[in-house]
Amino acid sequence: MAADGGDGMTGEVAVLGAGMHPWGKWGHSFVEYGVTAAQAALADAGLDWRDIGSVVGADTVRGGYPGYVAGATFAKALGWQGARVTSVYAACASGAQAVNTARAQLLSGLADVVLVVGADAAPKGFFRPAGGDRQDDPDWLRFRVLGATNPTYFGLYARRRMAVHGDTPEDFAQVKVKNSAMGALNSHARYRKRVTAEEVAASAVVADPLRLLDICATSDGGAALVLSSMEFARRHGAPDPVRIRAVSTVTPRYPSTVLDLPDIATDSAVAVEPAAETFRASIARAAYEEAGIGPEDLSLAEVYDLSTALELQWYEDLGLCAEGEAAKLLREGATSHGGRIPVNVSGGLASFGEAVPAQAIAQVCELVRQLREEAGDRQVAGARVGITANQGLLGHGSAVIAVR
Amino acid sequence: MSRTRTPVVDGWFAGDGDDFRLLGTRCSLCASVFFPREDAHCRNPACHGGDLAQIPLSRHGRIWSYTDSRYRPPSPYVTNPELPWEPYALIAVELAAERIVVLGQAAPGVTVAELTVGMEVEVVPGVLHEDAETTWTTWQWRPTGVTA
Repeated sequence: MAADGGDGMTGEVAVLGAGMHPWGKWGHSFVEYGVTAAQAALADAGLDWRDIGSVVGADTVRGGYPGYVAGATFAKALGWQGARVTSVYAACASGAQAVNTARAQLLSGLADVVLVVGADAAPKGFFRPAGGDRQDDPDWLRFRVLGATNPTYFGLYARRRMAVHGDTPEDFAQVKVKNSAMGALNSHARYRKRVTAEEVAASAVVADPLRLLDICATSDGGAALVLSSMEFARRHGAPDPVRIRAVSTVTPRYPSTVLDLPDIATDSAVAVEPAAETFRASIARAAYEEAGIGPEDLSLAEVYDLSTALELQWYEDLGLCAEGEAAKLLREGATSHGGRIPVNVSGGLASFGEAVPAQAIAQVCELVRQLREEAGDRQVAGARVGITANQGLLGHGSAVIAVR
Repeated sequence: MSRTRTPVVDGWFAGDGDDFRLLGTRCSLCASVFFPREDAHCRNPACHGGDLAQIPLSRHGRIWSYTDSRYRPPSPYVTNPELPWEPYALIAVELAAERIVVLGQAAPGVTVAELTVGMEVEVVPGVLHEDAETTWTTWQWRPTGVTA
């Protein structure tokens, strides 16, 4: 993992700063969360906002006009200074798209140093689609025709795992137990109380077989990164920064045969044989190939635990274990703090709740803290390589690999 | 006063009783099947794009997975807020001939407790909700009583 000096051969970019606004239900505008996170990232980088040549905003769909188009809203709130601006939206994958946009600008020489910001002020209760009578929108249709909320899809995946792999609700509960123990140590997490398996089992069923404490909440939060070229980092006095080595933004391949939120049906495989690899597995593989590493090289992983059962699915999709063996990996303690491959040492979405456009950026913030050995009680000893993974609505792959 | 029976989505299903079917489309060139229907372009990237013709999907399939909705879903799902919420089951069904999984609500009265992955189900006509003028119709999945 030696730095190559940033001559572009590996296509790495430097992470100079990472910052967050704590997750919660604060009742403020997303702009406030984004600005707080941006200022924290700038301070962490030792840079003035006026040094930033480009700002990339991950859009929220809240606030009427989608996120007031986020990049410019953050730039205005920080004080107009003429930086190049980009705004991106890819649902849960918005943050990875923002990081990838910044990376592309840095690698192509369009900018030397880029600020990436995502923030959200989430509504109470279930996420719901935009209003109107919109029969051409699959997200609208699944609510109108089926009342299929996000948790019902999580329930379908969880039941499928139970039937195919023999996972149990007790296995799912142990994911929450593990993640809440880490969230209790994270000052940016919204839920900071350790949860027991008994408490999970006593919580209300939301979408059989999943209970309230199996499913992530929706939160307010903000996260930001300052990324730069390797050359800029060296000039800035950061010769050995955390580096982003890969960003995977792949789409599925036809036919996609796993029923995916918000779809009402899969693709049909009657005319074309599906690939052996699922979409989620392809997200990770693309990241590994770009980084020139494999799952055996990982020190830690931050995955999108929208539900406890989905965290287990990611273990297999990331290649941390063979298909069907995720619950065994969990039970062995391999994915706990101190285990062979700790997963969600930040506390995960279980402890944060999802702040959609901020979440994938927050995942990278955790990698940065860990790779710099600044994670305090949550520190993974000797962390050198980390991966984040998630999946944005309607087919947006998202994974980032960072190294030190 | 009688209400008009109107499908919640046009062109996704048709027929009564044993003739009730989900309707998809099939590409004349590569034979790919689509549900929800594609009428403009075949989505197989290896296909140059044939004509898309309507076809009925299989009546029977096997449960790929299932869940239920214990809390009232938000709009645009239509419910009467005056009435207590009655959970319903959702079933994802694998149709062998089409090699596709289609999600649907379970027929009224079917609960998750009586479902298993692999169980055979059939598609049946159902009512999503009614308002003053309209009975909004939909498709539902109902176990046939034949277990895997």
